[in-house]
Amino acid sequence: MREFFQRRGKFRPQPLDESGELQIPEDLWVKCPKCDEVIYSRELERNNRVCPKCSHHLRLRARARIALLSDPDSFTEWDRGIATEDPLEFVDGGGPYTDKLARTRAKSGEGEALVIGEAMLEGRPLVLAVSEFEFLGASMGSVFGEKLVRAIERAAERRLPLVTVSASGGARMHEGIFSLMQMAKTVAALARLGRAGAPHIALLTDPCYGGVSASYATVADIIMAEPGAIVGFAGPRVIEQVTRQKLPEGFQTAEFLLEHGAIDLVVRRDDLRATLTTLLDHYQRNAPPRPVEPLAAPVAVGERADG
Amino acid sequence: MADGGTPEPAPLAAWDRVKLARHPQRPHALDYLRELTTNFVELHGDRVFGDDHALIGGLAAFDGCTVMVLAHQKGGNTKENIDRNFGMARPEGYRKAERLLRHAEKFRFPVIALIDTPGADVGVGSEERGQATAIAESLLTMADLRVPSIAVVIGEGGSGGALAIGVADRMLMLENAIYSVASPEASAAILWRDAARAPEAAATMRITAPDLLGFGVIDEIVPEPEPAHERPRATIQATGAAIARHLRELLAAYPLDDPAAVDRLREARYRRYRRLGVWRDEADQALRVGSAAS
Repeated sequence: MREFFQRRGKFRPQPLDESGELQIPEDLWVKCPKCDEVIYSRELERNNRVCPKCSHHLRLRARARIALLSDPDSFTEWDRGIATEDPLEFVDGGGPYTDKLARTRAKSGEGEALVIGEAMLEGRPLVLAVSEFEFLGASMGSVFGEKLVRAIERAAERRLPLVTVSASGGARMHEGIFSLMQMAKTVAALARLGRAGAPHIALLTDPCYGGVSASYATVADIIMAEPGAIVGFAGPRVIEQVTRQKLPEGFQTAEFLLEHGAIDLVVRRDDLRATLTTLLDHYQRNAPPRPVEPLAAPVAVGERADG
Repeated sequence: MADGGTPEPAPLAAWDRVKLARHPQRPHALDYLRELTTNFVELHGDRVFGDDHALIGGLAAFDGCTVMVLAHQKGGNTKENIDRNFGMARPEGYRKAERLLRHAEKFRFPVIALIDTPGADVGVGSEERGQATAIAESLLTMADLRVPSIAVVIGEGGSGGALAIGVADRMLMLENAIYSVASPEASAAILWRDAARAPEAAATMRITAPDLLGFGVIDEIVPEPEPAHERPRATIQATGAAIARHLRELLAAYPLDDPAAVDRLREARYRRYRRLGVWRDEADQALRVGSAAS
């Protein structure tokens, strides 16, 4: 797993020239946003980006998350070749949406805001769908929705458990109504997954809002969140503006959600593999054998996407 | 992209439509129910926390059939609007909707939803009571519903709060209604941190009925030869006629007493939403415009 963090090959993020804050080259010191402890960045990566002093969970990139939730070299990515279009011909002061997409691709090293594929976790098969917050705040547009639905459909076909990991600002404004429709589309696919008898386990990570928290991410058999993750329908800035109310301490944190009965579990990043493995075993123990026939056409990394 | 049958000198700008969609005298859901249905019995409450006045529901006789109606309800004046929370439903509203959807399935009542909301309620209480999950669960129940459903955007269709009762087999929209991923003000605030740029957002976001018909998101536009608030009765009657026509088609294709029709209905609805989106498979360079595929 260590090698993963060297970020080799095509996933290497481009160095940033404008907004330096996302640029965390190796061999640097990182300050914990919570306790201000200065941490050697390699040490932080080794600790899965959990502050060794105060246990604050810093954001984890999609591929690091996948490495954390799968056995070495077991992840096969699907549908990397599905690309974003600009149905609204969206242009604003910042220029056309297509330019913004190109910059985001270069900056994040990802093609879109969701990475999907299959993997093994402690030898148990699962389908993973992990959002990438560095890609336009992991907002959900047509490609995000389409990829997620393909992942769900394949999980349903083979009755494999689906694990979604979501950090997202919500629906992607630049694709307008199509983004809203992804909420319906992804949830509709999950209804079929449920009928196929495969579990959906959702992990909500910091931050998770709007069109994602109000659709597939909370239509789950198990909803987990990482400690301190901020999750809600509307963002705190919007709520304060609308209600002119000061928000209570700890509002919309994972612990707040647990206290209000909205989620099943708060799981520390250290415990994530073990908790998931235990859960996967529970869902498999009494289930009939899985269908043996493999996927119609598993798609390898970078290869042609099938429909 | 204009709808047939609309005598139009010049298409209205998006922001003009927004103003018409929000016009205080525009007919609201209860006006439609009074005019189009008989024996309406409103059913209240989510059985858990409370009764939301922004999202109403109940049984009504329509076109010779009992239907379950779900609707956002705005007020006609400030006092009513405070009671109705300006049509912005809270979690208990969406949980009531989900309860009534299950009820409709149990007794095989087709569902008719009238959408008219700026968006779901934003507030501390709504967050504490799980606004996101309440909307998601309503989406799920609608997406998988065992009975036919028709949704009509009669005024404002704002974000997930609108979609929560809008995952239907047929989706209609009044000519001057709007339907968007977020209200123009919210869109402008999110995109440019400036809610005052709402008119610009309204144009950029493509939220009018002709836009959405072109995108394949809606199936039909109910024409407003004159804006609904100027001829409320005629608009409501035209809407009722369109709903009745679609309901008859659905009931003919998916008879309520045919158990095999349930799977076909769900499959058709799945396909309807499955195709929505625009993307490109890079290997074949084929542009997949889902909405044009069927």
